[in-house]
Amino acid sequence: MAFLIRTIAKAKSGREIVRDRTVEQGELIVGRAPESDIHLPDLTVELSHLSLSDAGAGMLSASALGELPFDLDGSSITEATIDPNAGATITVGPAQLAISRDGDGAVQIVIQPVDKAAVAGDAVAGFGLASALPSKRVMAWGLAATIFVLLLSVPVITHLIRTPVENDPDNIAQGQVLFDSSWSAGDLSMAHHDLEENCEACHVTPFVSVQDETCLTCHAELGDHAEMPRLAEGMAPLSTGDSIQWSIAETLGKEGPLGCVACHSEHEGEVNLVADDSTLRSEQFCADCHNELDGRLTDVTFANAADFGDKHPQFRPQFYTAHFDEAPNRVSLDGEVVERSGLIFPHDLHMDPDGGAARMAISLPGYGSALECSNCHEEEPDGVGFAPVQMEPACESCHSLVFDRNGPNFRSLSHGDVEEVLAELANIDRGTRPAIVNGRGRPGQFARGGRYYSNFGRPMSAYIAINRALEPSGVCGECHIPTSINGRRDLTPVNLPDRFLMRGHFTHAAHGEDVAECSDCHATSTSSEATDLLIPDLNSCRDCHLGESATKSDEITPSSCAMCHGYHTPAMPWRPEDHADLPQNDNDNSVAALLSRLRR
Amino acid sequence: MASVPNNRFSQDEARRNADHISFLKYRNFRWLWIAVTLSIVSALGYWLIDQEPRPNGGTWYGYALGTIGLLLIVWLALLGIRKRKISEGAWSLKAWTSAHIYLGLALIVVGTLHTGFQVGWNVHTLAYVLMLLVIISGIFGVVAYAKLPKTLSTNRKEMTRGDMLDELTVIDRQLDSAAQPLGRAECDLVIGALQQDVFSGGAFGRLTGSYPGCKTARALSRLSENGSEAEQAVHALLTKRADQLGQIRRHLRNKALLEVWLFIHIPATIALLAALLAHVVSVFFYW
Repeated sequence: MAFLIRTIAKAKSGREIVRDRTVEQGELIVGRAPESDIHLPDLTVELSHLSLSDAGAGMLSASALGELPFDLDGSSITEATIDPNAGATITVGPAQLAISRDGDGAVQIVIQPVDKAAVAGDAVAGFGLASALPSKRVMAWGLAATIFVLLLSVPVITHLIRTPVENDPDNIAQGQVLFDSSWSAGDLSMAHHDLEENCEACHVTPFVSVQDETCLTCHAELGDHAEMPRLAEGMAPLSTGDSIQWSIAETLGKEGPLGCVACHSEHEGEVNLVADDSTLRSEQFCADCHNELDGRLTDVTFANAADFGDKHPQFRPQFYTAHFDEAPNRVSLDGEVVERSGLIFPHDLHMDPDGGAARMAISLPGYGSALECSNCHEEEPDGVGFAPVQMEPACESCHSLVFDRNGPNFRSLSHGDVEEVLAELANIDRGTRPAIVNGRGRPGQFARGGRYYSNFGRPMSAYIAINRALEPSGVCGECHIPTSINGRRDLTPVNLPDRFLMRGHFTHAAHGEDVAECSDCHATSTSSEATDLLIPDLNSCRDCHLGESATKSDEITPSSCAMCHGYHTPAMPWRPEDHADLPQNDNDNSVAALLSRLRR
Repeated sequence: MASVPNNRFSQDEARRNADHISFLKYRNFRWLWIAVTLSIVSALGYWLIDQEPRPNGGTWYGYALGTIGLLLIVWLALLGIRKRKISEGAWSLKAWTSAHIYLGLALIVVGTLHTGFQVGWNVHTLAYVLMLLVIISGIFGVVAYAKLPKTLSTNRKEMTRGDMLDELTVIDRQLDSAAQPLGRAECDLVIGALQQDVFSGGAFGRLTGSYPGCKTARALSRLSENGSEAEQAVHALLTKRADQLGQIRRHLRNKALLEVWLFIHIPATIALLAALLAHVVSVFFYW
């Protein structure tokens, strides 16, 4: 078989160099080996890669000689029969072998190099690290755009398009701003922890600082320290630095040094907003204004105060200073203190351990020992004060109001209702009465009502003259001051305030038995009249309590103002448990509420 | 006449000397002293000023430090624009660069004090972390610029990058022809070595100089040193190729270490500017 082998090479100038040769043999070997019929000096070609041989009937057989296939018209194969008249292209390594034949002539094989994709770019550029890393510009803009979109645009836009809703800690998803918790500068205080994901609850309007009005949507019940213009007038003048700061801040919409947020600074971590704030609890915080308050507010009724040990006005408890008064008065303990409670009650007589009252108590099953304060004064569960003394449990064991006996039953006068008492008195059974004189007897054996009468027993009806109850010598007059109203016998109303010290909170529980006895502060053993007010005065507190800067010892407790006074709630410390509507006090047992409590 | 001193000489000499003083020592460390002063004054203020309720970016001092920090960051970032504008004089690029470095370092103090040492998962700390990233990468850059050019130069042995590649091309051509008599398996090893991109290995390979996928090394380890004549020739050429590749890769490593900080410094700077915008806007949006 005759082959016309045409080799086309390309010169650097682009000109084609064509070499023809004719070979007359049955088989052509294509390979890298120099002795091959068609020599392709490329390492990707096998030493003997392909054999082209006469397959008879003018056909050409192509078969791979080594492991590597060849490429026929685009498909990679190892065996093929080719009709040269139809034409075919075989690719081996870097060369293309175009096979054709004109009629019965020789098989023509045109060999030319495969067009290689030109190597692009500057080879030296590969030395730069830029060729191995993403572009700085792409990274820069990518990162910046991500931050700009996620951490700025999304919160801003969702804030602007949201529908404002009323604050509802249990349903914060409504009208929520997205991704704005990424703006939080720190955890909220414990009280506000539920609002952590609900920034817009406080930050209502863009670029407007948190307003008092917003705080008051939840804290409406919180009392003002004083009415607003007055509060500002009483405030100590700001230092130059502070006043510059506040004038800048107020220009930018802050509500000034008396706004809620001026004292209650949020995003300071999970703290107790008041208890953990040493500034708010400091003596100085109060003394700033109260030290020289009378210079700014000339009409205040209370004196200046700073250090409890050095500068604190005398207590001014409230109590009734005259019978029939409608309301109690505040009176300084420095002045003449006469309480007109409408009662007759000698504390000393009751508290004397060797006195009659003590003897009586010892003999009674409900007491068994001398009277103690707690027999009449029952401490309230909150440990702050005492429940009002009730006559029936506290007094009646001894001061019986029994006026009749009907078999095993006794009849008592109704305590607390004069009209009822009068009606009962009118109905006293005048039947059996002991004889006024029932013969003579030995002293000590005289019966009740006997001539030589001396009653060493319990008060009995005859003795305390039930039938003249409302008269000064009657049974009511034992404790009450009889009077006459509109010509009718009556009793002076009992006027005892629920609480004496209204502008500070004193907790009895904190002064329990391990600290002091009642009588250490209350002069019960020397008070013989109910007109004595047994509220201890300033100096008696100072036995143990001195100002914040005092040195702590076994006897002395350094005491800042906040120990007894609250800014918003002067009479009682603000305690969450007193506010049923707070989220943590809810009794909602839904899963969401339970989870929310668990989170807390 | 010869004794008359040239009036311009000392002036020119000063300029010539200045031209060869690094940006670190510029004007006797003028910007170092300014930066140290700024840092000390900031720290003293932080220590002495009673910030209620506790120091953070929201007190007046916090706002003051924040403003200084913001202005510094924006100005420092402007180096990217300034360096593209050629000028001379008091605000020469060297002065600018010197100030950039020292004021950038002072920013660690100013920025940290601005945070009041409070960090959290928020945009504010993100800005702070990005700032630190920029500064730390910058420190790396200064160290690299001070140390590596000498190593780079030593390794080049007066060859240009083009020379190194050309040298490799020559070796490759010799390898190609020397490998012609080899069998399939050996040829494939050589082809692998020849066809592998000289710059392959990725950024990690460049920075560490570790190329576990190097096909030249693979071919060297598989081809016998004591085989046929052709194999011995190929082995010798592959060894030569590996040496040349080694030089190129050392160059790549030095170059990568010289440049890598910029791949953090620049994107982190732009990201920082975005975070700073978000930080400032968010603070006043939710005031």
